[in-house]
Amino acid sequence: MQRLTAPDAAAVGDNPTADAHYEHPHARKGFFTDTSICIGCKACEVACKEWNRNPADSDYELSNSSFDNSEGLSADTWRHVAFIEQDRGRIEAARESGRALVSLGMPRIRPADVPTTAGEAITTAVTGGMTGPLSEVAGRPPAGLPPAPDLGELDVLSSLGGGPTRPEDAGAVDTTPPDTPEFRWLMSSDVCKHCTNAGCLDVCPTGALFRTEHGTVVVQDDVCNGCGTCVAGCPFGVIERRKDGIAQPKTERSAAPVTPTGPGKPEKARNVGVAQKCTLCYDRLVDDQTPACAQACPTTSIKYGEREDLVSGARERVARLHAEGRTEARLYGANPNDGVGGTGSVFLLLDEPEVYGLPPDPRVPTADLPRMYARAGLAMAGMAAASALAFVLGGRQ
Amino acid sequence: MVKAPPWDERVALYLVCGGIAGGSALLAFGAQLTGRDALRRNARLTALGTASVGALALVADLGRPERFLNMLRTIKPTSPMSLGSWILAGFSTGAGLAAVADLDRMTGEVLPLGPLRSVLRAFEAPAGALAALLGAPLAGYTAVLLSDTAMPTWNAAKDDLPFVFVSSASLASGGMAMITTPTAQAGPARALALAGVAGDLVAAQAMERRMDPVAAEPLHQGRPGWLMRWSERLAIVGGIGTVAAGVTARTAPRASRWVAAASGAALVTASAFTRFGVFYAGKDSAMDPRYTIEPQKRRLEARRRAGITHDSITTAG
Repeated sequence: MQRLTAPDAAAVGDNPTADAHYEHPHARKGFFTDTSICIGCKACEVACKEWNRNPADSDYELSNSSFDNSEGLSADTWRHVAFIEQDRGRIEAARESGRALVSLGMPRIRPADVPTTAGEAITTAVTGGMTGPLSEVAGRPPAGLPPAPDLGELDVLSSLGGGPTRPEDAGAVDTTPPDTPEFRWLMSSDVCKHCTNAGCLDVCPTGALFRTEHGTVVVQDDVCNGCGTCVAGCPFGVIERRKDGIAQPKTERSAAPVTPTGPGKPEKARNVGVAQKCTLCYDRLVDDQTPACAQACPTTSIKYGEREDLVSGARERVARLHAEGRTEARLYGANPNDGVGGTGSVFLLLDEPEVYGLPPDPRVPTADLPRMYARAGLAMAGMAAASALAFVLGGRQ
Repeated sequence: MVKAPPWDERVALYLVCGGIAGGSALLAFGAQLTGRDALRRNARLTALGTASVGALALVADLGRPERFLNMLRTIKPTSPMSLGSWILAGFSTGAGLAAVADLDRMTGEVLPLGPLRSVLRAFEAPAGALAALLGAPLAGYTAVLLSDTAMPTWNAAKDDLPFVFVSSASLASGGMAMITTPTAQAGPARALALAGVAGDLVAAQAMERRMDPVAAEPLHQGRPGWLMRWSERLAIVGGIGTVAAGVTARTAPRASRWVAAASGAALVTASAFTRFGVFYAGKDSAMDPRYTIEPQKRRLEARRRAGITHDSITTAG
């Protein structure tokens, strides 16, 4: 018998491998995606496509949505890098909403004072290396607006030691990121959450979706019959049924698909008609390899490992960012008491989750299933009773 | 933010057919017990016909139709789709046996059944009972199937959608029997249809009132909005016609028969509109992220105001 309700965190911990009844205990594996050091290079998207031989999403159409042309996770895109452009108002709102989280009685973090002079120095450094309209906007606010308040460090690359940190160095560097107090890009690599209480897995009627020994959720391609229930069951909109597609790359825009390696028909996409999503590279994990996206990530924005270690590392990272005054930093999915029992893929975000296309309060639909069955049972009994009554009251022949 | 299931109109058609089939099996069983031969036969044939059409539509909608038997690979209580497949399989077996028995009688026993005929006769009554037992579950489980998803409108309707669906199934199966069966034997069908109309009007109102107002919006807009409005009107018209047909059944039998058939058609259409309307509304609610974001933000805010801060997916560390 399967359980009907989400077990509370105390019973299972936040390791669902216990729930899957494997013979030996296994550590739960996961991702920690630190969006504060994502540079939006999309190496993860490419590596994922390559390794999993996923079809192209479209005929190289541009979405006109910043640099985001894959637009979201799908049956064919298991890593998706979001680009969100924000102005000063949004940046301040993000900082404020992060501060509000801290004051809600979440783990206590001391907001450190960023010295005003240091902040000014950084602002000068950032704007000093730039030419053109952006530097004008950042350096000289238009008349009528109050001068930009000190927002502390916004330069994402400087935490890696790659960005200019002293005004005198800045002039020599022309790769300064465009982040200023007036503008920033949020870049975030989204992926399947591998939930503790997974909606897709719960509602799958065939048993095609299963919980692996690593605590991840994977589709068995040869069992799935493509009913599509899991698509509706996922609170994050991750899993999808694969339509037809061609797995080979195209050489130029609007060109017909070709095989670059030789004659013959282009390779057909695998698993057409069945549900597809990130497997956390189950096939690589078997050989103790790192998932393709994490291995390809050049900034370690995507970290792979045992979830417990990842979460404690993530908490330290948030604490450090808060100490730098970047109160907009927060974790998404690290809480075992949330509506899906915590996620295997944890994210560090710099704004509200919905800004990144993540639901603000996801809840696995199955959590309410006992109540739904009870209501439906009542309704069904009512229908049977109405039918019986109809024959009593329906008159003689 | 959430993705609509890849279900098209075939699944909506199944929702309609499942309701009519379930109610018809209940009517057929009642007729079987009270000796209404015409109603029994017609309701059994309706049950088998609609269940078959619905099941074929479901299989055709699969991504891999040739693997439809995988639906019966396991029994999984957390999956309404799994339980529903078993309900449909059991129902179809019962409704099929009962209908074939009547079909054999209808055709003057031309089928070369041989000794199997006595077996069929022996199983006819229990098969009718099995179909009746699974009739209401078949008509209502689809409400759970839709609500047990992250589609904002379907999920927000979870408390009342089963009542809407069984009511809609009752009025549709009653209406179908009013079309197929002479008024003299259709008394129980009219009574069931009227109960269905009353239930449908009350349950649909209650559902929309108690849902999150933002999540309920797709039920009022565009195509689903049109379908839901006309479903209500047709149910009222069909209900009035049903009363008229019942009142005039003895005094003006010919006119009553026509009024009954027209009312029955209105009721079947009303039920189809309800289910297509709910179906489209749920799919529409997945298209605009605000239907996901706004209700979630509101409930998160409400919990925070109430001092509950331990269960947010977003944490400060």
